[in-house]
Amino acid sequence: MNRASVHKFLVLTLVGIVSAALGCSGSGGGSTTTGGGGGGGSTTANVQAITVNTGPTGNYVDGAFTSVMVCAPGSATNCQTIDGILVDTGSSGLRIISSVLSISLTQQTAGGAPIVECLPFLDGVTWGPVQTADVTLAGEVAKSLPIQVIGTSSFSSVPSSCSSMGVPEDTVASFGANGVLGVGNFAQDCGGGCTQSGANNPGLYYTCSGQSCVVTTESLSSQVQNPVVLFPADNNGVLIDLPAVTGAETSVSGSLIFGIGTQSDNALGSATVYALDTSFGNFNTTFNNVSYPDEAFLDTGSNGLYFPASNVAALVPCTDNTFWYCPTTTQNLSATNQAFSGGATGSINFVVGNADTLTATVSNAAVNGLAGPNTGAFDWGLPFFFGRKVFTAIEGANTPAGAGPYVAY
Amino acid sequence: MKATIICGILAILAVPFPAAASLGGDVASVQADVAKMQASLQTSSRDSYTVHEMQTPAGVAVKEYASASGKVFAVTWQGSVHPDLRQLLGTYYDQYVQAVQAHRAHRRGRGPLLIQEPGLVIQVTGHMRSFQGKAYVPQMLPAGIHVEDLR
Repeated sequence: MNRASVHKFLVLTLVGIVSAALGCSGSGGGSTTTGGGGGGGSTTANVQAITVNTGPTGNYVDGAFTSVMVCAPGSATNCQTIDGILVDTGSSGLRIISSVLSISLTQQTAGGAPIVECLPFLDGVTWGPVQTADVTLAGEVAKSLPIQVIGTSSFSSVPSSCSSMGVPEDTVASFGANGVLGVGNFAQDCGGGCTQSGANNPGLYYTCSGQSCVVTTESLSSQVQNPVVLFPADNNGVLIDLPAVTGAETSVSGSLIFGIGTQSDNALGSATVYALDTSFGNFNTTFNNVSYPDEAFLDTGSNGLYFPASNVAALVPCTDNTFWYCPTTTQNLSATNQAFSGGATGSINFVVGNADTLTATVSNAAVNGLAGPNTGAFDWGLPFFFGRKVFTAIEGANTPAGAGPYVAY
Repeated sequence: MKATIICGILAILAVPFPAAASLGGDVASVQADVAKMQASLQTSSRDSYTVHEMQTPAGVAVKEYASASGKVFAVTWQGSVHPDLRQLLGTYYDQYVQAVQAHRAHRRGRGPLLIQEPGLVIQVTGHMRSFQGKAYVPQMLPAGIHVEDLR
């Protein structure tokens, strides 16, 4: 059995075990669910294991990682399972660093020319070709999913119009992971803007001839997109379920569960639904009498809680790690979250500890109380998700609480 | 002779606007940024500075803050992507690149960008399809201005 076959066998075995554990072929524990749109009554194994650990770089703190199986489209044997993939509710689409991808996928082309993407993140851009793969997560399969392969030798020359948006992060070391699994509120990574020609196009998709690349239009269905959207069922969003963390722990394990209200394991229950701005995917947070309207978001891909606190005397930046706070004693704080358009409101209690102390032991990857400064936005990163069930509903998708985009917890 | 004229025309076409940098540069460079980004421009005055607000066709809002002496001391942006930072940061772009690389080696995870060097502060936050950023030169800030007001 070759490596790919072993992986496939293991994944299918795991799917079987998970399915059995969930009672997927039975009644689902006897609870009644109102099937959500697109996946009502699904019995597909929908629980993907995630782990907060130090990741492929060996020193990551507060990142949730998982494994994905990618196969060449239509193939059951040309497959590879890749671990160390960061789970990110702040982006959409699967991206893999080329150095960890050992199988050949199908290059997306337009008029015979390869499509290559420049995707902006906060501290850099990812540059690399758009390729299609059949992607398996738990028992769910997204067939012919456009993904981005980052940092290939075939397209090693980053156009200046791309690096003008940020510094390329095209290796495992510079990116911080083997790849990213974007399961956020948006269906595609760009949306309508990239379908337009001329100056209205934000310039994320290119066609290349050799190393010479120019911006092109890209249809919604061709764009790199949220894998969940292409699942036959459980395709309206995800639920992140992580245990509570006290201080700093070596690692914790949890679940990325596909679908909202589609099976007994992903019912909204008593969760409060916070509708988002459909353009930018944000809600409102008020902290210490300062409000961040349309500037707050839940993001597993941020490794702390990041918010301005110049008016909170105790929250001083650390001396060396100036991107984190180092209060002398742990601070018990509170903020109020609100749906973008008003309506649902809820208060949130959270702690901020001394980051130098909390991160002193590098092997402690799961840290509650990790926070740092930010400008003009409230970024509820991974520590927010500890001890909560957090739903992320995809734009336009039907759920028992109405259409996305929203977050609920 | 003909070739010389053509070469002259090409040279003029190749330099359609001043090469002056935006951040740290002369306020005249705002026009260069407007041209490069095909943006619309609105200017408003405060007590000690002027704000030049641009909107690119792709929907990115850029503000350049110029002091009374005519120097751009800060730039901010907000939109679904980042603007042309090579253009906006001008001579500070190389420092930005080096600072980002140093930040990555230090950060132990992904999150907002916070560069705080003696002569340059850059903060970038948000997430895919919703970004905002701010860059300023601390030494050039007019007296009495609060960096929180640069938005």
